[in-house]
Amino acid sequence: MHATKALEEADRLMTVCNSCRYCEGLCAVFPAMELRRAFTDGDLNYLANLCHSCGACYTDCQFSPPHEFNVNVPQTLAKVRNDSYKLYVWPRALAPLFERNGLAISLIAALSVGIFFFGLMAFNDPAVMFGVQTGPGAFYRIMSHNAMAGVFGAAFFYAIAALIMGFRMFWRDIGETRETLTNGVSVWQAMKDTMALRYLDGGGPGCFNEDERPTDRRRLYHHMTFYGFFLCLAATSTATLYHYLLGMEAPYTWYDLPVILGTFGGIGLVVGPAGLIWAKLKRDPALRDENGRSMEMAFVVMLFLVSVTGLLLLILRATPAMGTMLALHMGFVFGFFMTMPYSKFVHGIYRFGALVRYAKERRALHEPTPSKAKALSIPDAKAGA
Amino acid sequence: MTRRYDVLVVGGGNAALCAAISARRSGASVLVLEGAPKFYRGGNTRHTRNMRCAHDAATEILTGPYTEEEFWEDLLRVTGGQTDEELARFMIRESKEILNWIVEQGVRWQPSLGGTLSLGRTNSFFLGGGRAMLNALYFTAERLGVDVLYDAEVVDLDIRDGMFHSATVAYGGQRHEVHAASLVAAAGGFEANIEWLKQYWGDIAENFLIRGTPYNRGSVLKMLLDKGVQKIGDPTQCHAVAIDARAPKFDGGIITRLDCVVFGIVVNKNAERFYDEGEDLWPKRYAIWGRLVAAQPDQIAYIIFDAPSLEMFMPSLYPPIKADSIAELAGKLGLDPQALETTVETFNGAVRPGTFDHTILDDCRTEGLTPPKSHWARPIRNAPFYAYPVRPGITFTYLGTRVNKEARMIMADGRPAANMFAAGEIMAGNVLGKGYAAGIGMTIGSVFGRVAGREAAKNACN
Repeated sequence: MHATKALEEADRLMTVCNSCRYCEGLCAVFPAMELRRAFTDGDLNYLANLCHSCGACYTDCQFSPPHEFNVNVPQTLAKVRNDSYKLYVWPRALAPLFERNGLAISLIAALSVGIFFFGLMAFNDPAVMFGVQTGPGAFYRIMSHNAMAGVFGAAFFYAIAALIMGFRMFWRDIGETRETLTNGVSVWQAMKDTMALRYLDGGGPGCFNEDERPTDRRRLYHHMTFYGFFLCLAATSTATLYHYLLGMEAPYTWYDLPVILGTFGGIGLVVGPAGLIWAKLKRDPALRDENGRSMEMAFVVMLFLVSVTGLLLLILRATPAMGTMLALHMGFVFGFFMTMPYSKFVHGIYRFGALVRYAKERRALHEPTPSKAKALSIPDAKAGA
Repeated sequence: MTRRYDVLVVGGGNAALCAAISARRSGASVLVLEGAPKFYRGGNTRHTRNMRCAHDAATEILTGPYTEEEFWEDLLRVTGGQTDEELARFMIRESKEILNWIVEQGVRWQPSLGGTLSLGRTNSFFLGGGRAMLNALYFTAERLGVDVLYDAEVVDLDIRDGMFHSATVAYGGQRHEVHAASLVAAAGGFEANIEWLKQYWGDIAENFLIRGTPYNRGSVLKMLLDKGVQKIGDPTQCHAVAIDARAPKFDGGIITRLDCVVFGIVVNKNAERFYDEGEDLWPKRYAIWGRLVAAQPDQIAYIIFDAPSLEMFMPSLYPPIKADSIAELAGKLGLDPQALETTVETFNGAVRPGTFDHTILDDCRTEGLTPPKSHWARPIRNAPFYAYPVRPGITFTYLGTRVNKEARMIMADGRPAANMFAAGEIMAGNVLGKGYAAGIGMTIGSVFGRVAGREAAKNACN
C-alpha cells in the first residue's frame, strides 16, 4: 500500500510500463524503472523527480487514454512530484504553502513590495525617494548598503538552509546515502545532464506540449530561464566583489561586468519565463497536474517580475522613478528568496539529486554484478510483437 | 472529398502511410481514409516495436551483418516454404534500403542503450514504439500535403473489369463518393471480425482474444475478393500466441504476452499436459502456443510454475495466481486438485538432473513422459506455486489479395489490375504463408507500401 492515491496510480503504471518497455529509449525514467519489479514510495518519488515531463511517453503510448489501460505517466508523475515537494518541505509546518501556492506567493510578493515601499518612504524623505540620484552610491541614498546586504543576505541564507533541509529529506526518502553525493563521476554526469536538459528532448525530436507534434521550444525557454538565473546570480556576486574588494560602489556603467551579466541574465529571465508561461497555457490538459498549476505559474510569474523590475531599474536609474523601481525590484527579489523553498524552484534541486542517483545506477549496471546478469537475461522476450 | 485525387489510400497503418508518402513524393495528390478515430489510427502498427531488415554491415543501431541470404533462410524456416520466392527475395532486397528510407520519413530508431540491453542483430527498434513511429509518419505525410480523414470507413468499392473507379465512404454521418485514379488498399486483415473467423475456425473463435485494433474487420479485403481480385493464403493461418486470459477482448497489445512457458508446465482444463514446453527457444515457442491452446477444450490453458522461476521472465501486466500448494492452486484455477497434483507429480518424477540455462537448449529434460519436456525441465515443488491462465491471442491473419512485385493486385483470371495496389497485412500472405518471425510484418508493410505508393502515383500520372 502507498501513502497517496497518486502513488498507487504510479505503482499501477510502472507495472504496465515494465511489461511493455517500448519507451525505454526516451528518457531516464524507464531504464530506472526496469531495474525494479516492485516500487516503494521512495522509488516512485525518485522516478517522479527524474521525469522531465517532456510528454513523449504519453504521445507515444498505445495505451494512453482513451484506451482502457489509461496510461498517463507524465500526469501521474507530475502529481507524485508535486506531492513530494510537500513531503520534503522544511520547516514541516509550512507544507500547506504548497497547497495554494499561487495565492501564497502573490501575497508574500505583494507584502514584500509593500514593506519595502513603506520602509523606504518612512526612512527617507520624499525628495530623496523621488528625486534624481546619480553617481556612485546612488542606490544607497535610498537604502544603505549595509541594510541591503543584511536584509537580502538573511533572506538568501534562510532560503539556502531550507533548501538543504528539503534535499536531505528527499535523499533519505529515496534511500540514498551521503557517499553517492561525493561520487565525482555521478555528480559530473548529473551536471552535464542538467545543463543540457538532456531528458527534455523526448528522445530526440523535442518535447510534446500541446499536441503530438514535437518541438524544442520548452527546452529553449527553460534554458533561457536557467542560464538567465545563473547570469543574474553571477552579476550580484561580481557586484559584491566589486564593492568589498575593489571598493567600487553601484550603480556601474553599462560596460561594467555586473551590468553586462545582469542585462543578459535579465533578458533571459524575461524571455524564458514568458515563453514558459505561454507553453503552460497551451499545454494539453491531459498532461497537467491541475493541483500543481498555481505553483508552477506563480513561480515563473515571480521570476518574470523580478527580472522585468530589474531591467526597468537599469533603464530608469537616472530618472526620478529610480527610487520606486528600486523598491519594487527589491520587494520582488525579497519575496522570491523567501518563497524559493516553497515554490517550483525545488524541482531543480530534487531533479538534480535524481539524476545523480540515476548516473550511479546506470554505472552499476555496466559492472559485472548479479543484477546486471539478471537484466541481461530478460530482454530476449522483448522483441515479440 | 469531392475533388478527384490521384491516389486514394484506404487504411492508416505503416503500409498505408508509407504508400501515401511515397505517392506524394512521386508528385501525386493523395487522400488517406482511416476507418478508426484519430487515437486508434494505424491499426496494428500501434502495437509493433521493430522491423526486420537485411543489412551488410553493423550500423549505429544494429550489430551486423544480416545478409539477404540469411533473411531468406529465416523466412523459409518459419513459413515452411509457403512463400512466393520472387516476391520474398524482392522484399528482402528492398528492406536494406527501407532501413534508411524510413528514417528519412521522420521515424527514429532506438539507439543502443549503453550495452545494458542487447538489441540484436536482425531487428531495428522504433524509438518509443509503434505509435511513435506512426506519429512521425503522419507528421511527415501532413507536412507533404497528404489529406487524411479519420473515422472514414470505406463501405463500397466500384470496381469493374479489374479497374477501380470510386469508393463509397461513410464519413460524418453521410455517404460520400471518392474518385481517384489509383487505389492503394492497405486496410489490414480480418482478425477483429469474429464472425468471419468463425467461418474457418468454428465456434471456438468466440474464445479468441484479439491483440490489436478492433478496427481490422477485413471489410475492404472482403470487397476486393468479392470483386474479382485473386485470393492468396490459407484463411486459418494467423499469427497467434498464448496471452494472458484476463486480457481485454481487443487491443491488449504487447503487455498481455507471457513468456514463461519454458519455466514450468502447461496444462489444459483437465489438468493434463498437451505439448512439449521445452521444445525450442524463443521466438519459436512464442509463436506456436496460440494454436496449441486453440486446440484445447474451451481454448484455455494454464502455465504452472514455482517460486524459483518467478523473476526469471519479463514482468507482465496481471499478477500470477498464487497458492501455497498445488491443490490450492488447482482450486483457484477451477481445476480438479487431484488431477493437477498427479500431473505435477508425474512430471516431477520424470525430470532428470541437468544444468539449467534458459538461454540455450540445455540438458534438463524428462524421461519416459508423454509429451516430454525436452529442455529446461525442473521439478515444480517449491512453494509458493503460481499460474497464468492463457488463451489464443490473434495478432493478424494471412488471407489476402495476390500481388506482383509492383504491389499491383492480380485478378482472379491472372491479369494484373489496371490501377489497384495492395500493401501490408492485406497482402502479407504472399510472402508469409504461415508462421512468423519478429518484425517481418513491418518489413512487408514498409517495403510494399513504398512500392505501392510509387506505382500508384506512376499509374495515376500516366
